[in-house]
Amino acid sequence: MDFDIPREESPGKVTEVRIGATSEEGGTRSHTVAIGGSSSLPFHFFEGEHPNRPVVAMEVFDRIPAKYPDSLREIFGDLLERPADMAKRCVERYGAELISIRLEGTHPEKGDRTAEEAAELVRAVIAAVGVPVIITGHSHFEKTNEVLKKVCEATAGENCLINYVETDNYKTIAAACIAYKHTLVAQTPIDVNLAKQLNILLTDMEFPRERIVMDPLTSTLGYGLEYTYSIMERIRIEGLAGDRMLGFPMLVNPGYESARVKEARAPEAENPHWGDINLRGAYWETTTAMALLVAGADLLVMNHPEAVRVVRSNIAEMSGARGRL
Amino acid sequence: MALSGLEIFKLLPKTNCGDCGVPTCMAFAMKLAQKKAELSECPHASDEAKEVLGAAGEPPIRSVRLGGRQSIEIGAETVMFRHEKTFYHQPGIGIELKTSESEQHLLSKIKETEAYSVVRLGEDLKADLFLITHDAADPEAFVRAIGLVRANSGKSLILACPDDEALRRGLDLLKGEHPAVLLGEPLAAKHIEIAKSYSATLILTAASLEAMAAQASRAKDAGVGDVILNIDSADLGRQIQHNVIVRRSAIKSNYKPFGFPLFIKVAGRNGFDTLAAATALLCKYASILVLPDFDKAMFYTLFTLRQNIYTDPQKPIQVDPKIYAIGEPAPESPVFVTTNFSLTYFIVSGEIENSGISAHLVVCDCEGQSVMTAWAAGKFVGETVAKFFKSAKVEDEIRTRKVVIPGYASVIQGDLEEKMPGWEVIVGPQEASDIPTFVKNVKLT
Repeated sequence: MDFDIPREESPGKVTEVRIGATSEEGGTRSHTVAIGGSSSLPFHFFEGEHPNRPVVAMEVFDRIPAKYPDSLREIFGDLLERPADMAKRCVERYGAELISIRLEGTHPEKGDRTAEEAAELVRAVIAAVGVPVIITGHSHFEKTNEVLKKVCEATAGENCLINYVETDNYKTIAAACIAYKHTLVAQTPIDVNLAKQLNILLTDMEFPRERIVMDPLTSTLGYGLEYTYSIMERIRIEGLAGDRMLGFPMLVNPGYESARVKEARAPEAENPHWGDINLRGAYWETTTAMALLVAGADLLVMNHPEAVRVVRSNIAEMSGARGRL
Repeated sequence: MALSGLEIFKLLPKTNCGDCGVPTCMAFAMKLAQKKAELSECPHASDEAKEVLGAAGEPPIRSVRLGGRQSIEIGAETVMFRHEKTFYHQPGIGIELKTSESEQHLLSKIKETEAYSVVRLGEDLKADLFLITHDAADPEAFVRAIGLVRANSGKSLILACPDDEALRRGLDLLKGEHPAVLLGEPLAAKHIEIAKSYSATLILTAASLEAMAAQASRAKDAGVGDVILNIDSADLGRQIQHNVIVRRSAIKSNYKPFGFPLFIKVAGRNGFDTLAAATALLCKYASILVLPDFDKAMFYTLFTLRQNIYTDPQKPIQVDPKIYAIGEPAPESPVFVTTNFSLTYFIVSGEIENSGISAHLVVCDCEGQSVMTAWAAGKFVGETVAKFFKSAKVEDEIRTRKVVIPGYASVIQGDLEEKMPGWEVIVGPQEASDIPTFVKNVKLT
């Protein structure tokens, strides 16, 4: 039997989204980062184009997350208290391609930092690094609206990735992104139709398509990873099939979500078969990231330097010229 | 490829004789299509019908059994994406034993792998196999290594041995257990002879899709049925694309030479590299995954991934319905109630934990449905929740008489209070992520 490679042409294409702005573009970033643009399933170079590789961001915090694992504390030490220095370290030493600033400390129950304090911190981090920046809020609608609006204004022209809006709370932040020229993350809870609906709402208010990134909501390994995995595959398949309201790049959070689970904290003595705690937490993050990468992730926000290294080197190996058939 | 009722009807005698027990050929065809009848029930079926229907009944990817006291079945997959139906047979995961390693080292690898088991969601997660690679000069080392495994483990064995004589001696030790032989060179007559005389599965190795197709066709022509494919790709990018093309050719184009499970040996520079490649390849169609070493954290991570990816998306995973302790709750600690859909349980228990309090989480039996679905189906309503509280003896274990229900089930509040006299029912937040805030602002005991 003669063999022919079965190639499947896709009528649709993932929208290309550019994050960051250089001085010529009205910002201060040393370069911009583009994601998306794919015309076939992840890493299917034999039947489509992938002009941009998936990228890895690392995260800094205005307040160290509750139950932040010791294995990560040991690596970052007092840098955790100095987000601008930590951002610099992540970029220079660990190869972070973007920096996410998580403003959880502005949540009324988690420190209630003011919008002004948040804006000041964001400005300091932006000054410390040249890479594009992601601004990550939280689920308290009123406060996250106030904070992200203020940060959008304070970073006008930088084309930050403002992370995130939800179906029940998108107007204020989306309007601020339009006004101050930022890109936006649209987050929905592991559901194709809800994801599509939010993108329709955004484009209905004339939010530019090329400034939308989707977050399908990350469930980590062992805690519902398969749901996120399959929803991402379905979203990407529909997007490539021509559904323009699903053809956007996707952001996932393997770092934050993996650091929250028991596997990142429970000592080996309690669970002898779980193995070395220092390896296990980073392994959990690595596997969550790699699985979501083959499901269609374009931007991965991560924590552990070794997980970042291996995911980036595998992205290079899967995307390099040698990988094309 | 499954045939429709109409396609099957065309192959039947169309006499409506009723000898099969069904009044018309059309009705019989419909039963065949639904796999509710066998063609052998029709005494007049033509040879053509038997052949076509027989082939249509075969899965596009062959099911292959790997021998040993604990044999495993791989292959027989029918879809490209798990959401289309499900992935059926979990890949066999194991480690490589090289005969150049010291016997003491081999023994500890075998014993550790054999002893490893971890329970997750009620499933016992274990390794399945060993690959014995003969890379020492002494043929006796190969024979000894096989003896060492069989003295300590009943897991499946794959043999890789460039020395034909040593290979035969090894296979003699495994008579009757249907082992697999990993070939390091293109398929030759001697391999076919070995496969037949030892009833062994052949793992064919080739560096390109074309070479693999040629070898697989040759194996089939020679009558070797049990075949596994090892496409030795230069890098992970090629490997994933090769796997996708093989799977798609088999499932969508019914290309027979590629209708076999895939073998993958992963060997990264360190544990992280190995894990990253193994993760991507487990998601993308590996049916056998061989790792270089035993490592608990790696096993736990990969076995959990395998369980996740091979979960049937159409059957929600359930957690045991019972009272779960979050933190170290006392009889006076707060009480939360939810359904036994695994994702619901994970998220709710995680957020209660994140709130920093200790509490009792009563997980009701709702057949694995989420809160809204279970409520809509009448499985999470006042009566069923009250009944579960009684059967789980909540009132005996816990002194608290306030219970927090999920915000999405707020309508059951009155009903539940009526069915559980003495209890105050508090409506919690709709989203689990709001539990930490909720806990701070509402008096729960």
